Amino acid sequence: MATIRLTVNGKAYTIDAEPQTSLLSVLREQLDLTGSKYGCGEGQCGACTVLIDGKAQRSCVTRVGTVSLKQITTIEGLASGDQLHPVQEAFLEADALQCGYCTSGMIMSAVALLRKNPAPKENEIIAFMDGNVCRCGTYPRIVGAIQKAATAAPTSEAGKGAAR
Amino acid sequence: MNDHSCANVSLEPERYELLAAPPYRFDLDRREFFKFLGAGVLVVSVLKPAIVAQESGGARRGRGDSLPKEIDAWLHVGENGKVTVYTGKVEMGQNIRTSLAQAVAEELHVPMDKIEIVMGDTQLTPFDMGTFGSRTTPTMNLQLRKVAAAAREMLIGMAAAQWQADRQELIAEGGKITDARNKRSLEYAALLKGQQLTQTVTAETPLIPAANWKVAGQSAHKVDGRDFVTGKHRYPSDQKLPDMLYGKVLRPPSFGATLLSADSQKAEQLGATAVHDGNFVGVAASSTELAAAAVAAIHAEWKSEPQPSSKELFDYLRKNTAEGKDPTGDGDRYDVGGVDEAMGTADHRLQQTYTVSYIAHTPLEPRAALAKWDGDNLTVWTGTQRPFGVRGQLAEAFRIPEERVRVLMPDTGSGYGGKHTGETAIEAARLARAAKRPVKLVWTREEEFTWAYFRPAGVIDVKSGIRSDGTITAWEFHNYNSGSAGIRTYYEVPNQRIVFHAVNSPLRQGSYRALAATANHFARESHMDEMAHAVKMDPLEFRLKNLKDERLRAVFEAAAKQFGWGKSKGDGQGFGMGGGYEKLGNIATFAEVHVNRKSGDVKVVRVVSAFECGAIVNPDGLRNQVEGSNVQGLGGALFEAIEFDNGKILNGRLSEYRVPRFSDVPALETVLLDRKDLPSAGAGECPMIGLAPAIANAIFDTTGIRLRALPLIPNGLKLS
Repeated sequence: MATIRLTVNGKAYTIDAEPQTSLLSVLREQLDLTGSKYGCGEGQCGACTVLIDGKAQRSCVTRVGTVSLKQITTIEGLASGDQLHPVQEAFLEADALQCGYCTSGMIMSAVALLRKNPAPKENEIIAFMDGNVCRCGTYPRIVGAIQKAATAAPTSEAGKGAAR
Repeated sequence: MNDHSCANVSLEPERYELLAAPPYRFDLDRREFFKFLGAGVLVVSVLKPAIVAQESGGARRGRGDSLPKEIDAWLHVGENGKVTVYTGKVEMGQNIRTSLAQAVAEELHVPMDKIEIVMGDTQLTPFDMGTFGSRTTPTMNLQLRKVAAAAREMLIGMAAAQWQADRQELIAEGGKITDARNKRSLEYAALLKGQQLTQTVTAETPLIPAANWKVAGQSAHKVDGRDFVTGKHRYPSDQKLPDMLYGKVLRPPSFGATLLSADSQKAEQLGATAVHDGNFVGVAASSTELAAAAVAAIHAEWKSEPQPSSKELFDYLRKNTAEGKDPTGDGDRYDVGGVDEAMGTADHRLQQTYTVSYIAHTPLEPRAALAKWDGDNLTVWTGTQRPFGVRGQLAEAFRIPEERVRVLMPDTGSGYGGKHTGETAIEAARLARAAKRPVKLVWTREEEFTWAYFRPAGVIDVKSGIRSDGTITAWEFHNYNSGSAGIRTYYEVPNQRIVFHAVNSPLRQGSYRALAATANHFARESHMDEMAHAVKMDPLEFRLKNLKDERLRAVFEAAAKQFGWGKSKGDGQGFGMGGGYEKLGNIATFAEVHVNRKSGDVKVVRVVSAFECGAIVNPDGLRNQVEGSNVQGLGGALFEAIEFDNGKILNGRLSEYRVPRFSDVPALETVLLDRKDLPSAGAGECPMIGLAPAIANAIFDTTGIRLRALPLIPNGLKLS
């Protein structure tokens, strides 16, 4: 067991964990941040996606010991108070969810994409998002929501949360 | 008229729907209700025999008796003006929390944000068999509209009495009763102050006709959508209690293996509570990681039996029929006319076999349960489509009365028919009893792939006889194992023999979105295409020649028009169609594929669906369901198949079992036909059934290769 310092959503935490424990388990079980979901445990579905230093990473295959000096952003840290992030707004507006279990990971991936590429073409969205699975089949709506978020928001807004 | 209007024929019962224990008798105690709910008006809905008959009449009259004949929903309008609705139905992504709220808002004339819907809590909500079979919209939506309408009429009556006015002069609007002539109005809340009124709705309570709907019939966003985009919503796997432990179960090395011995000393040395009870071995520990390590430290010996493999599956299904053992009592045979004679005199005869593989639901949230004991009372939060059924399973497993078990179902990360059972709830409860603390158990993806149940595999043999003019004269259809829903043909054929053969399935199998209808429509609609080619007719023309049903004709015609059926094709481009009738909905699906003649790669480029399910409640929600059916259906149509050998699943991980992804999705176009003159039906399942045959027929159209097995191209298309 080791003492590990984490910065999640701008907040500092000190936790006791084996360094090889998955970041997802620590987020969910120790920090009670359950917005990041378990879907497959092997980085294949994207439900656990968080931003690490602004990049989309699968927290289920990220060892907590490797991220202690990094800025971690989860779905819970995306909105500013009551003000939703433009990508969250766009998902609501487009009804880009059914059961919503993939939604956190989808939104986190989309935020990372827009940070890297503020005006992605449809094929670029599809290529970037292909590692995120939605079993309810809302893919076309998610593509639409990302396009909308890209046009609706100034670059800095859509990519926000990633840069913190 | 068409022969499947709602009044005549019940929802096709699904052989593999796992039905619940006998209905719970709910004692309606007025005082307890109001103690719990506060003052106001309470309207309860009781399924009257007249409604039971209407919903289950026709061919399946006998099954109607098994429906619960007591309260199925209730609604309370409080003296604070808040509306609370209680239903045993559950939400798992089909967005009935939204469409049911729309129905209540419509009839009660209150804004949707004033309505709370309590769902799937066995202590608070009335008994419900479960959320499956696309029944919520045709049954629960109607019941809630009735209770809301009754509450509205009571409120109007109360205002009339208070004002000594003629109730005909009063209208309900925006949470108020208004007397326009005398320019006065009263909030519902003011009318209800200190009141404790109850009413039971009757079948005769007037409803607003669909043509006059203002709220229902319009698109509505997911009512609590904000909680889902912010990560705030707590799914079953997110539930937490103080002092909670994390559970993990030791799985056998193969299906049906028997435990010979287990040594859990090392698990306990790691700080876990270990349980060994019969074939059950599991642990509870302070974290998922520790629980996994503890289970890995258990030394167990198992005895396994040899079992069949997926390579010999279809032979196995034919050879292992279990005639006469059908537990559901569904009809297994349908005979009309003389098939053998008609086959003998037909101008063309065809005979083909179609197969479907086992597939896994792969709900993105695996099974999860949090269990807590208070003395002999058990509370379990779990993701299930049948909270009352799971309550019964828990009561049975722990030999306690159902009254001591409460099951709650937080809105869940999907089910698709795959979450009818309570194994996770039982496992968590067993561990919690041993640990004397609450235990949460979330299955891993591998467990979900292996220890849940599958959509049944099947073999379907079809024989047909056709006259040269394109009239189908004989139809023989044998389905081995995959199920009987959608087994009958809607084409006009004077001589038919349709038989379902129950089989001792080598894998555990159960419900799945659209279930057997997918297999039966794949075989039938593929065979329709084969017959059309045999008599050199256009496949659309051939279908319409043999189809009288107006609602089905309408969707085929609408989809053909939108698709541009008959337009010219480029190299590698193929067009095909499939369609049919299921769960009171009508679908026609047209697909465009592109086949790369060098690589054999198949891309589904465009899918056009025309769907009709009576009066539409939430148009955008409906579109979302049709699109979702097509996207999910792509997997079973193209590449999903469970491989197994000797009691083991060989591809039980997401890296080994391919599900549809962004890059698989074609352009989707959905045409909705709104029949305001017909009752609303569900839409979660039917739209899926036309897709697989449409794709198979389109592949044939451009390659001349007839694919008769689902999935069609698990490893890409082999061009000969």
